[in-house]
Formats: sequence, structure tokens, C-alpha cells
Amino acid sequence: MKKKDKVVVGLATCGIAAGGVEVMDEIARELKKRRLDVELDETGCIGCCFAEVLVDFEKEGMPRVTYGDVRPEDVPALVESHLVNGKILKEKVLLIEGRKTTEADFLKKQTRIVLGNCGILDPEDIEDYMGIGGYEGLRKALSGMTPEQVRKEVLDSGLRGRGGAGFPTGAKWNFCARAEGEDKYIVCNADEGDPGAFMDRSVLEGDPHAVLEGMIIAGYAIGATHGYIYCRAEYPLAVKRLKMAIRDATGKGFLGSDILGSGYSLDIIIKEGAGAFVCGEETALIASIEGVRGMPRPRPPFPANKGIWGMPTNINNVETLANVPWIIREGAGKFARLGTKGSKGTKVFCLTGKVRRGGLAEVAMGTTLREVIFGVGGGIKNDRPFKAVQIGGPSGGCLPAELLDTPVDYDSLPAAGAIMGSGGMVIVDDTTCMVDLAKYFLTFTQMESCGKCTPCRIGTKRMLEILTRICEGKGEPEDIERLEKLAVDIKDGSLCALGGTAPNPVLTTLRYFKDEYEAHIFDKRCPAGLCSELVTFHIDPEKCNGCTVCARNCPTGAITGEKKEPHGIDQEKCIKCRECLRRCRFDAVYTV
Amino acid sequence: MSEDMKLTIDRRKCVGRKGQTIVEVARENDIWIPTLCFDERMEPYGACRVCLVEVEGARALLPACTAEITPDMVVTTSNERIDSIRRTVIELILSDHPKDCLTCESNGSCALQDLAYRYGVKESSFGGEAHSYHLLDDNPVIERDPDKCILCGRCVRICEEIVGAGVYGFVGRGFDTTVGTPYEHPLEESPCLFCGQCISTCPVGALASKLSKGAGRPWELEETDTTCPYCGVGCTLTLWTRDNKVVNITAPLDRGVNRGNLCVKGRFGFQYIDSPERLKHPMIRGKDGRLRKTSWNKAISLVTERFSGIVEKHGADAVGGLSSARCTNEENYLFQKFMRAVVGTNNVDHCARL
Ligand SMILES: Cc1cc2nc3c(=O)[nH]c(=O)nc-3n(C[C@H](O)[C@H](O)[C@H](O)COP(=O)(O)O)c2cc1C
Ligand code: SF4
Ligand code: SF4
Ligand code: SF4
Repeated sequence: MKKKDKVVVGLATCGIAAGGVEVMDEIARELKKRRLDVELDETGCIGCCFAEVLVDFEKEGMPRVTYGDVRPEDVPALVESHLVNGKILKEKVLLIEGRKTTEADFLKKQTRIVLGNCGILDPEDIEDYMGIGGYEGLRKALSGMTPEQVRKEVLDSGLRGRGGAGFPTGAKWNFCARAEGEDKYIVCNADEGDPGAFMDRSVLEGDPHAVLEGMIIAGYAIGATHGYIYCRAEYPLAVKRLKMAIRDATGKGFLGSDILGSGYSLDIIIKEGAGAFVCGEETALIASIEGVRGMPRPRPPFPANKGIWGMPTNINNVETLANVPWIIREGAGKFARLGTKGSKGTKVFCLTGKVRRGGLAEVAMGTTLREVIFGVGGGIKNDRPFKAVQIGGPSGGCLPAELLDTPVDYDSLPAAGAIMGSGGMVIVDDTTCMVDLAKYFLTFTQMESCGKCTPCRIGTKRMLEILTRICEGKGEPEDIERLEKLAVDIKDGSLCALGGTAPNPVLTTLRYFKDEYEAHIFDKRCPAGLCSELVTFHIDPEKCNGCTVCARNCPTGAITGEKKEPHGIDQEKCIKCRECLRRCRFDAVYTV
Repeated sequence: MSEDMKLTIDRRKCVGRKGQTIVEVARENDIWIPTLCFDERMEPYGACRVCLVEVEGARALLPACTAEITPDMVVTTSNERIDSIRRTVIELILSDHPKDCLTCESNGSCALQDLAYRYGVKESSFGGEAHSYHLLDDNPVIERDPDKCILCGRCVRICEEIVGAGVYGFVGRGFDTTVGTPYEHPLEESPCLFCGQCISTCPVGALASKLSKGAGRPWELEETDTTCPYCGVGCTLTLWTRDNKVVNITAPLDRGVNRGNLCVKGRFGFQYIDSPERLKHPMIRGKDGRLRKTSWNKAISLVTERFSGIVEKHGADAVGGLSSARCTNEENYLFQKFMRAVVGTNNVDHCARL
């Protein structure tokens, strides 16, 4: 039988946000209009967020082509060219299977285990997943391996937790397996709250069965009787697809009682979190599942011994669990061959900020920052100079250009003052002020502090106040010392890792960009020209050709000038909204 | 018997029992570890961070109030790193705390004041925003001043864990976290029993008894331990008196059956002591129906005489005795003994059965 031609639209949250649903509707209309017998499908996110909406065309006799930046109005031309005339529409091409395109590096330089199926499978169809060996890992574990053997396999693979702390997963499972309790819980942590992190969402939306399969294998390995997926309510699509996945997996006998006739039973409940960052912390997550305010408690006792309702509980991150079926299927040895001595396998990073190709990058552990940012990400937007990368979200650190050759792994990053964290990478160029960046992350942690312990609740507030006054040009010479002292005491004194890591962005920017702090404090100058209290806006008469764009867009009418004559800014009226700087196409507006 | 465990605290050899925390063993051995959120009546909480200690082999500092001892543990309760954090924590709390100790109800019995004194923290070097909320004065007994609250959660926990009323909870996040009732409803519209347990645990002046407001500083008052007269439980009370007048009642943590806990009557029911309507002498009703003051001797003789008359004339079973739940077990025992052995009847009962 001839394979049907196929069009697949990326409909993860990112695709939908970019207008994917409208594109999908338009394609359906166009296919109907032209009476084309073509299968129209949806898939998850392949990670090329920089080029949403993504549409794949598979036509007999042609290579598979991914078109990017597709808008509804592009659809008729695309369908006509590709499906009717059999010609690739060059202007819209992002990737062509097996061929080199300008953006091909984005995927070529990646090693995809966790994201392998994202953007390829239909996440709402369990048969699709089973077709590529899905649930074979579970079958293998349940039919031929004891729970100890499964734990040993994962321990031997060298897999470490992808949720932030990087604790060896096999060892964690052993603790929980050996703890005594009437019931045992396996929890999937899908609370993903770091600003700039969306890899877990993409996996849940793009390959929910992989997470589910990993979770069931983990449950079997530790002897769990119940499972919870703690997913933030802001991920409605992920929740919907997980619910479908649970239903379909139960239907196929992969979940529920007496799984695949092995005698092992597990039920899984989805618990929606209300979007508090701190609820991603294990003990707060447990409190939240139990129905009380999500506030951390000191450990020990560790969840492995006393978790949900006082019972042994094992919590793993989405990405951690998504690695498990692959490890069981392909073997620990194969996994362990990827990566470095202490960090095995791959890690998914979310490239955001001033990088040219933002999106999901899954690379082998030990890949350097340079390869990730410049190789996969394609370098900095508009060819501006790279300044720094904030790794690991608000708990992580900010590394400068000199450290671009740092390998990303669990040993090298902490040595440089950053952490792997959940894998957010915010890339900034020379227009970003590092004090302002630190302030941004601290604003987040202060807002999300649960308020339980003093160093975090009040300490981060005081640090934030100091950073704010530095940005406003009111910093005092002692402020750097104050920040350093507070940072150390907050790190040492906080109850949970939220407070324990909150000072990291400040500490690393102080370590690598102290001159910027000093410029703000002593010279009352913002080197990046960003802190509005410290900059004034000017127009270079040499460059200004009097196009009037700035004057027309200035909200306070501070810019005046005759057409075709150099313009000027009235400093009294200027509110430093940066509008003129953004609008001028002749680079005539500058800051001092 | 629980297992004994040897450990070292500040180079001193100590012995504790399995399941004890570092704070418990330290206190048994007269080693001082500061605490703010700790109250032995409740589950330890680990929030205030002033009890952090160093344990050999552990990378992070551990809260002594939650960390259980382990065999041969080596604990350091004070060094530069620890004291720096303690000082910072005290400074941070003070940076968002009114400095009105002069007029604060808790002056002299305030854990924060004691710590600031001990660590020589005069004021906060951080400055910054401080909260300014309204005083919550919505009932006749408990006054709440959120400005003074240090968010130790002790009131939340005592009301939940000991009282079972669960009146307070944490509200909000970050710097603006507060402790309050659901939807900020007044206490009288909440399940509050007005037992004052929350006042008893508040380490600062955020919760105060209006009945004792302005009555005097701890050092101006005289302390007398006694037993609560309200019921047979017999809680131990400490009466705080000034010029022979009871101005406040608390309960000691380390003595009595109640170990610091009291109900609304025991804690707040003391105004009757000086009531002009209170009977202070025995009285005998005369033939004209009026009560007249008499001596105990005369009164008891009269009772004896009348009861003897009834027993002689109608037999002992014509008399019955009803005892009170406010008496102690010992008193109740004596009462039934008296009825059976002296009066000669088994007609004896107790109000708690009704
Ligand atoms: C404030 C805070 C937020 C966290 N948020 C998450 C999260 O959203 N997702 C996650 O998997 N882990 C999060 N973690 C880490 C978890 O506490 C935990 O270490 C992790 O889920 C364990 O899984 P792993 O061993 O598979 O990494 C957070 C930790 C802290 C302190
Ligand atoms: S460190 Fe922050 S988030 Fe963690 S318990 Fe303390 S106040 Fe809460
Ligand atoms: S008075 Fe008693 S019941 Fe009322 S809030 Fe305080 S502890 Fe709870
Ligand atoms: S009111 Fe008192 S007991 Fe309650 S949290 Fe505040 S300081 Fe602690």
C-alpha cells in the first residue's frame, strides 16, 4: 500500500502561542478546497522555538521538509508548491531531511534521547509511541528483571537527577526501596517553575508516554503502590495529554492492577499545583499534595523515609524519568558511554535571551557552553557580542565569555559558580546590565520565597533593595560588602534550596562583573546603558537624517526637529522609555 | 527503654536517647542554644534559623531543634560561621520590627530582645522597608500586632496541633508573608476558643492579653505557683501578682500535668478574685431569712448538727452527696469515703455523670 502523504503541525504550547491552531485550520481548509487526500496531524515541540509555527511535509518521492515561521497566509502557497507541484518552497524552509540548510546545525549538533520523539510522534496516540519501541522497556523490566536489577541498571547508567540537584537516581531509588512503609509513593515533579525553563513542558506535551513509562518502571523498582504527577496548572496541554496517556496506558494494561500480568500494580493521579515556584522543592511539594500550604521542612527526615503521609516517597523530575525507558531498553552501558566521568547521558537546555536560535537543545554532557550557544544556538542575535550566560535559572550563576569553554556537567559548572539546575540558559549581550540581571532574578526569588525562614524571607528582600539602589545610582561604597556578607549568610542559613541558592546570581555577577557594580556605585554610570536613572538619551546629528520616526513615537513629545534635519531630545521631558532607541533605523540614538 | 546514645556537644560528653533532638539533649546538659520558633509543646519546625549548629561530617549547618542525635555525633553550637548567621538573622528580624520596646507588653519576656542583647545587636545595618500594618483589636481578650510578628509560626502550630482549632495560617509570600485568620475575619468569627495558647507561645509582643495590658513588667510582679481551681485536671498555674492582686496567669512549661497549656478559664478567668460580689466568709441564714456572717467553726458545727439530726430520724440513706468536677481526684475520694464511712450511705455521686 502506498503511504499517505502527511502534513504535521507542531502544536505544543509554543506552537499554539505562535498561532499554530490557526495555521492548522488553514491547512485543513486548503486541503479540502483542493480535494487533496493528505493526512493532517499534530505533534509536540521539536525545540526550534525560534522558528514557530513549524510544519512538516512528508510527500512520496520527496525528502521530509520542515517549514518554519509559517503563518496562515503562507499556507496556500506552501500547499500548492509542495503538495501539488512537488517543489520545495525555499523561502520557508527550515530543515530538509538529510540536507544542509542554514539552520540544520540546530538539530545536527544535538544528541537526542529525551527529545527524540518530540515533534515527531503524535503525543495523543499511544500506538505511535508503541510503534517506536514504547513500553518495551517496561515489558523488559517487568518480565525479566527483579526490582533490584532495575535499580542496578539505572545506578550503573550513571543517570543523575535532572531536576536541579543532580543526585544519582539509582542511589535515590535504593534509599526508597529499602525504607519501610505500608505504602510507597513515586512522584513525578512536573512543577517546572524556573523563569526561562520549558523543557519539562515540551517533553510532557511531546512525549507523555515516555515519562509515564519511566515512572512505572521507577515505581516497580522501588515498590511504589501509588503515583502522583505534580504538574503546574499553568500547563493545561501537558495535563490534558498526561490524562490521555494515563487512560490509554491503563487500557493497554501498562498501568493499573497486575501490570502486564506481572502482579505489580500502580495507580497514578495527576495533582495540579497552583504555580508556586517553591512547590517544586520536594518537601513543599509533599505538603502541597497533602493539601496544606506548600512550605518546605528541614531534611532529614528525607522523603525516601518520610514523604507523603509519612510514607517512603521517591520524587523524580520529568526529564530524569523520561531517560529511564531508554536506559532499560538500550542498556546502562550505552547510556554511560555518553557524557563525562561524573555526568552521563544528555541534558536538555532551554536557550533563551539574545541567542539567535532559541529553543530546546539536548546535548551530551560535557559539551562546552560555546558549542551549545554558538553551535546549536547559532550565536548572538544581530551579531552583537556575547556577554554572559545565566545557567540554572534563578538558582544558578552567570558566566562570562572567558568561561565559554566550560563543559556543561555536574562538576564543571559548580566549580565556576553556576549550577546545572533544571537547564535554563539565558544568554545576554552587551546591552544587558549585569546588576539589573541579578536584580531580575532576585526579584523572582524574593517574590516566590515561602516566607518560612528568616534569611530567605527578609534577607533576599534586603539584597534586592541594595541592588535596586545601586541600579538607581544611589549605591553606597559599602554595598558590595553588604551584598557579599548577606549572600553568604543567606546561602548558609536558609532552610531550603530556594533561599540557599537565591544569592548565586548576585555572587557570580559580583565575581565576574564587579566592575559593573563599581561603575554604578562610584561613577554613577551604567556601562550597558540600561539603568534608566543613570542614562540620558541623545541623538547623534551626524547619523540622524531626520526621518521623524523617533519624534512620532516618543510618548511625551520630548523629541523635536524638522523633517530631514537632525532631531534633538529635551532631557526635561524624556522619561527614558527607550522607544527612540528601539525605533531609530540609523543607529543615531545613543545613551550616555 | 529507649536506647542511650553518646555524643559530644561543645567538647562535652553527653548522653541522650534515640529520637531526641540536639536541642533537647543540649538543654538537659545546660548547654544553651538560642531558639525563636521552638516550643517544646509542638513539633519542631526549623524556621527561624538561630538554632543552627555545626555537626561534624555534615556540609550544611543543621537546625538543632529538628535534627535528631546520632551515635557519636560531634556538635559545635557556636563559632564564627554560626554566630555570623545568628547575628544576621537577628539584624534581619529587627530590620522589619518596631523598636518600641519601651512600651511593648513583652518587654522583659521577649525572646527577640534577649537574643539581641546576648549578641549585642543594637539595630539593623541593612535598613530598608519595614511593614506597617494595623493593630488587630477585634475582641475583648487577644490583641494582635502584625508589625511585631516574626513569623515563627508558633501560634499557627499551637492552635493547630495542641488546641485543634486551626485559627491561624500563613498568608501571602515573600517579604509580605503574614499570619492571619482566613479572609482576615475577626477572631470572634473564627473557631477561636480564646484559650490564649497562642499568646502563651508568641516569643515576642505580637500577641498580647488585653486583660493584663499595662499591669506591670515581669520584674515588678511576684510569681506564685498554684493549682487551677476550675476543674479536676488540676493544671499548674503561675499567678503574677502586684500589690496582692492577680494581674496575669501563665503556666510553667516544665511542671504540672499541663506542661504550659491552659484553657480559657484557667488563663483568663481571674477577675472574679477581686469581685465585690464574691463570698469570702461562711454565712448562716437566720429565722428572718437573712444571711449573716459567721465563723467556720460555727458554720461547720451547724451543718454537723443538722445532718446528724436527719440521719438519726430518717436513717443514713436519707442523705445523699453530690461531688464536683472542680474537685481533685483526692478530694473526690475523700468525699465518697466520708459519705460511706462517716455518714454511712452509698448515696454518693458526681456532677460529671449528669
Ligand atoms: C525552590 C525549588 C524549586 C524546584 N523546582 C523543581 C521543579 O520545578 N521541577 C523539578 O523537577 N525539580 C525541582 N526542584 C528540585 C526538586 O526539589 C528535586 O530535587 C527534584 O525534583 C528531584 O528529582 P531528580 O532527582 O530527578 O532531579 C526544585 C527545588 C527547589 C529548591
Ligand atoms: S529558604 Fe525561602 S523558600 Fe525555603 S523555606 Fe526558607 S523562606 Fe521558604
Ligand atoms: S486563643 Fe486558642 S483557639 Fe484562639 S487562636 Fe489562640 S490558640 Fe487558637
Ligand atoms: S504572632 Fe507571635 S507566635 Fe505567631 S507567628 Fe507571629 S511571632 Fe510567632
